[in-house]
Amino acid sequence: MNKLIRFIPLILVLALGVVLYRGLSLNPQDMPSALVGKPIPSFSLPTLNNAERIVSAQDLTGEIVLLNVWATWCPTCKYEHPYLVDIAKKSELKLYGLNYKDERNAAQEWLTHYEDPYVFSIFDEIGTLGLDLGVYGAPETFVIDHHGIIRKRFAGAIDTRVWRTEFEPLIAQIIAERKQGE
Amino acid sequence: MSSLMRIMINVAIVAAVSLASSLNDVNASPVDTYEFKDEVTKIRFQALSKELRCPKCQNQNLADSNSPIAADLRRELYELLQQGKADSEIVDFMVNRYGEFVLYRPKVSELTYVLWFGPAILVLLGLVIVVLIVRRKPAKKEELALTSEQQDKLKQLLKDK
Repeated sequence: MNKLIRFIPLILVLALGVVLYRGLSLNPQDMPSALVGKPIPSFSLPTLNNAERIVSAQDLTGEIVLLNVWATWCPTCKYEHPYLVDIAKKSELKLYGLNYKDERNAAQEWLTHYEDPYVFSIFDEIGTLGLDLGVYGAPETFVIDHHGIIRKRFAGAIDTRVWRTEFEPLIAQIIAERKQGE
Repeated sequence: MSSLMRIMINVAIVAAVSLASSLNDVNASPVDTYEFKDEVTKIRFQALSKELRCPKCQNQNLADSNSPIAADLRRELYELLQQGKADSEIVDFMVNRYGEFVLYRPKVSELTYVLWFGPAILVLLGLVIVVLIVRRKPAKKEELALTSEQQDKLKQLLKDK
């Protein structure tokens, strides 16, 4: 018994080592959104291409929606853009943009220059909708189901690998739910 | 070395040290120019912006951070305070958007029991172990003392010398 007691510190140190080692592979930037499972916050904002056209949460409800937060000041958005164009063409999802704290002219130019994958982009100049969505940077992408409930928030760039691992399984699940009439 | 020179060197050292420490006081915290309606609101603003964490730069609070999102949240905090919202309402507002993550002082819940009570439990455990070790009975004294036979033998041996 006494001999076993001598090993307790060693065992504790080993256990601590395992815990800390595991911590090395965790991503501290990976924060669950507080909004998952909640409806899209209500808003009333103009679209990027037409300052007269005011859109609201109702315009995003009814379909399975990807809401992509982007801006021209964000270099990672440029990296992500071709993948979004691709997804908008191939997927049955509706892709909407949230142009976040940007300048209207620069953003319009960006879309003409790089191709516009969005059904429309919401123009959120001072970031009010961004704040309500808990956005803290760009790019971020939200998955919204056909009931208008936020199912996922992803901070960072989408590319083929991210799309396959982070988005496809969830989207397949939502499509299945919709088919079952849920 | 003349005493005058010694004094001059001392003065120089004191000046250098105080300069260095005053430089340390200069920090890179951003400065906003908000006008508060009263002193209490100002103090609440300062307290809350120290207690709320910047979501982008995770090891800084709102008061420390220069990132655009921290500036936005400080503005939001200011506006909520001007609207007369209570501290708890403001904290809920932030948590509803950014999650429990934004609290540097997390709420007591099942998830944070270990965080809140773990250290106290460890200290108690340590105290218990110390008490147990200290109070453990020392080895029996009788065994250390010699029996009368052994005593006689010892005397015999000593006499022989």
